[in-house]
Amino acid sequence: MNECGERLKNGLIDENPIFVLMLGMCPTLAVTTSATNGIGMGLSTTFVLVMSNMLISMLRKIIPDSVRMPAFIVVVASFVTIVDFMMEGFTPGLYDSLGIYIPLIVVNCIILGRAESYASKNKVLPSIFDGLGMGLGFTVALIAIGMVREILGAGQIFGYQILPLADEATGAAGYTPITIFILAPGAFLVLAFLAAIQNKVKINMEKKGKDASKIQSGCGADCATCGGCPSAAGKDKE
Amino acid sequence: MENSFNISSSPHIRSKVTSGNIMLMVVIALLPATAFGVYNFGLPALIMMVSTTAAAVLTEYIYEKLMHKKVTIGDFSAVVTGMLLGLNMPPTAPWWMGALGSVFAILIVKQLFGGLGQNFMNPALGARCFLLLSFTGPMTSFVYDGVTGPTPLSYVKSGALDQVNTMDMLIGTIPGTIGETSVIAIIIGAIFLILMGVIDLRIPGTYIVTFVIFVGIFGHVAHPEIGFFDPTYLTAHLCGGGLMLGAWFMATDYVTSPITKKGQYLYGICLGVLTGLFRIFGGSAEGVSYAIIISNLLVPLIERVTLPKPFGKGGEK
Repeated sequence: MNECGERLKNGLIDENPIFVLMLGMCPTLAVTTSATNGIGMGLSTTFVLVMSNMLISMLRKIIPDSVRMPAFIVVVASFVTIVDFMMEGFTPGLYDSLGIYIPLIVVNCIILGRAESYASKNKVLPSIFDGLGMGLGFTVALIAIGMVREILGAGQIFGYQILPLADEATGAAGYTPITIFILAPGAFLVLAFLAAIQNKVKINMEKKGKDASKIQSGCGADCATCGGCPSAAGKDKE
Repeated sequence: MENSFNISSSPHIRSKVTSGNIMLMVVIALLPATAFGVYNFGLPALIMMVSTTAAAVLTEYIYEKLMHKKVTIGDFSAVVTGMLLGLNMPPTAPWWMGALGSVFAILIVKQLFGGLGQNFMNPALGARCFLLLSFTGPMTSFVYDGVTGPTPLSYVKSGALDQVNTMDMLIGTIPGTIGETSVIAIIIGAIFLILMGVIDLRIPGTYIVTFVIFVGIFGHVAHPEIGFFDPTYLTAHLCGGGLMLGAWFMATDYVTSPITKKGQYLYGICLGVLTGLFRIFGGSAEGVSYAIIISNLLVPLIERVTLPKPFGKGGEK
């Protein structure tokens, strides 16, 4: 069971797919205009990730090595189709605002990367927790980016107006939204700053020697298997 | 006498020109435009100029203190950035907007990329576009003499040439941003810079000539009632908007313009074509800031293409 906990922590912190591995940038930058969108995107990806990791791990001895990529894609695509229809049926508002990025989860490099580098080589239970950890790490990162962008760009959080807006007409004092943060350039700025802060915290922790060994091993253990990631990252850009 | 026998490695003769000197001269050259802007728009313009300049210098100082770097506010480059941003702001915008722009210019566009000499685009223009995208309303509403109205350039854009008074545009008694309205004040500063050898005519000259040719031809395409190279149309385009301020003070920024001569001509042509394209066929009436920023991004490529060959290289094989 210890391995499962380690997998969770690995996905959430040590190898956070957004801030550390820098995978899946396309949906990250595109959908995080609000925290709600971040949750929607994150949870649907988590679902697909857990299910596909589980199934691929179960099938890892049956799938021939030479056709593993198409096989993974088929597995991932089936779960994405389920998520797609479920969201269209039950959360039509969120479905509309996420748009094309739901079907695009199929080519999300986090999912293919985990399938290739972890699930196809490990037992079922750790693979499920690996998917869960990675998915939650992705979700947390998307919510963080979405929240910063929503607060700065609209003065809202989860759609609620927390900063009263200034009104030119009535002369009421208040917050003037910095609209650039809900436009595309804002996504890059916020992502860069959050990644920088996270790096700074990590470096400080290493300097103090606190948790240093864990961070080292957390990264070092997977470096060898990370080989699958760059090729998967390339796919995302297509 | 002892000093004469000092032994050191070359270079032995150094120029007295430092980046501090050059930036100080740019500050002096910007003064006529600033003074006219304050005279034209009154106290709000002065407050805006002070807030942008102070915020730029303060940001640079605080960042360098926090990061334990050498404090470089003495070289006036932050002052120039702050002043240029102030000159690019409409006088009616609230002062904190200018200050926020200065923080963005210095912190994100300049310091995070490594400080003076490392920034990939003009900090003042980067900040202007940041503000333009963030606060489109306040950044594009121009009040003159208590009346909110279109700038002469918007009239030019819609082809209403009878609304345009070229003399007013030359002197600067028109709505616009603080520093862009008076062509005469800008030219005075530019002549000072040219005489002091800080800038030369290559970039601004190519820019303006290309722009005139482009607008002369395609102005007719967009508005068939205006003839090829219509003098009123051309002067209105030349004197309107930020073209003069951009061409003389911002396109010539050493850091973000090519150093090779051929490259400078190429850069000027690029600027002229882009500005004309944005002004005639783009969504808004003005296009100078985006044209300069995009050309800034092309500079590394331009320099790579126009790198001169060392003597003796690339001869017969």
